[in-house]
Amino acid sequence: METYYNPNDLSKFATMGEEAPELWELFMSYYSSVFKDGALSAREKALIALAVAHAVQCPYCIEAYTEGALEKGSNQAQMTEAIHVAAAIRAGATLVHGVQMKNIANKLGF
Amino acid sequence: MSIMNLNENNSNSQVEYLKNIEGIKPFADRIKEIGFYSLKSNRTISTLQVNVGKVCNLMCKHCHVEAGPHRTESMNRDIMFQCLKMVADNHIPTLDITGGAPELNPNLAWFIEEASQLAGHVIVRTNLTVLRLNEYTNMPEFYADHNVELISSLPYYSAKDTDRQRGEGVFLSSIAVLSRLNELGYGQRDGSLKLNLVYNPGGAFLPPAQDAIEGDFRRVLAKQYGVSFNNLYTITNVPVGRFLTFLYDSGNLHRYMERLTSSFNTSTISRLMCRDQVSVGWNGQLYDCDFNQMLGLNCTPAHISEFSLETFKEREILLGNHCYACTAGAGSSCGGATSI
Repeated sequence: METYYNPNDLSKFATMGEEAPELWELFMSYYSSVFKDGALSAREKALIALAVAHAVQCPYCIEAYTEGALEKGSNQAQMTEAIHVAAAIRAGATLVHGVQMKNIANKLGF
Repeated sequence: MSIMNLNENNSNSQVEYLKNIEGIKPFADRIKEIGFYSLKSNRTISTLQVNVGKVCNLMCKHCHVEAGPHRTESMNRDIMFQCLKMVADNHIPTLDITGGAPELNPNLAWFIEEASQLAGHVIVRTNLTVLRLNEYTNMPEFYADHNVELISSLPYYSAKDTDRQRGEGVFLSSIAVLSRLNELGYGQRDGSLKLNLVYNPGGAFLPPAQDAIEGDFRRVLAKQYGVSFNNLYTITNVPVGRFLTFLYDSGNLHRYMERLTSSFNTSTISRLMCRDQVSVGWNGQLYDCDFNQMLGLNCTPAHISEFSLETFKEREILLGNHCYACTAGAGSSCGGATSI
């Protein structure tokens, strides 16, 4: 069955450099620098990436950073907690917008 | 269907299978491209690694030896004597004893007694848990008395992750033995009794940076269990034996081989362990490494009774696609990462 998301497309990511090689090179240079050990360890960064991948619901990123987090030494308990952080922020962001709902409702109502 | 279903001594079919994985360039061709073919061993041999048998009290999911309680292969004293002679005659500084669980070879204590008078450095690769069995509870003191370096598998610093790979209860059993070894003086920062741990991935992925995961192990084991150790070695799972079966059965084989080949690191070639060592099987057969041993890739001449340093120095190493595991990422050897 045809789907918009194809797992094999992940390995074709670099084809995005074909029409704009300079931008691609800049992106890759920036990307690889971001994930190096710094003030945060590479392991911590991979967990953040995994959590963000779930928040933005990118299946390619989820695959890449599940493997990436394992290869940085994290286990499933740590990875699951990272996803809960993303889930909590999404839930909190939804709920906090409820204040906007209340503001408008209160303004419209008696 | 599993390629390993028929029996555990199917080394030929494993070799053939590894040769014919679609899209994977033969390892020999890969190193030819960068000018390292044919790969030769060094002029001297620094380590004789002796696999004293396939008998083990555990059945780990990644085990390339496919060791277990049902195995019967065990080195006899005559072959051990030839190993000792090889060490003495050729001034090989390190004797590295592995298995299976070496303790389950009834000749191990004798072998270590003799070896400790010959080799400067004796290593035993223990699974720890065997030392809790009644017959072997005296072995930690024996190891300490003979200044044996211990290298112990402990794939992760949590029970769940370790037990999933090595069996129910293995983690806490291992921790109990590590505590006892610490009491004997093993694993102390400035002590002479070395206790090193081995991390290997819990599946079809590469190990983390050795220094990073060592720090995690050190922190968690000290804080939660009061356990200390000297170094942690990361070892990449090699697609041989039970791990090859897992890769095949789980549909991970092609992806894992691509992961290994795409992570090929030229700087690991000069420090490949096969260049410094000779591996002896339980029956006296000679190999470049323990993985070649399990694949039946013999050196020439094939038996320890025919060994001569002249023939074995600068010998051509036998290669296969399993060798990609030792050249991926930071590299891998029985002493951990090779390119840090």
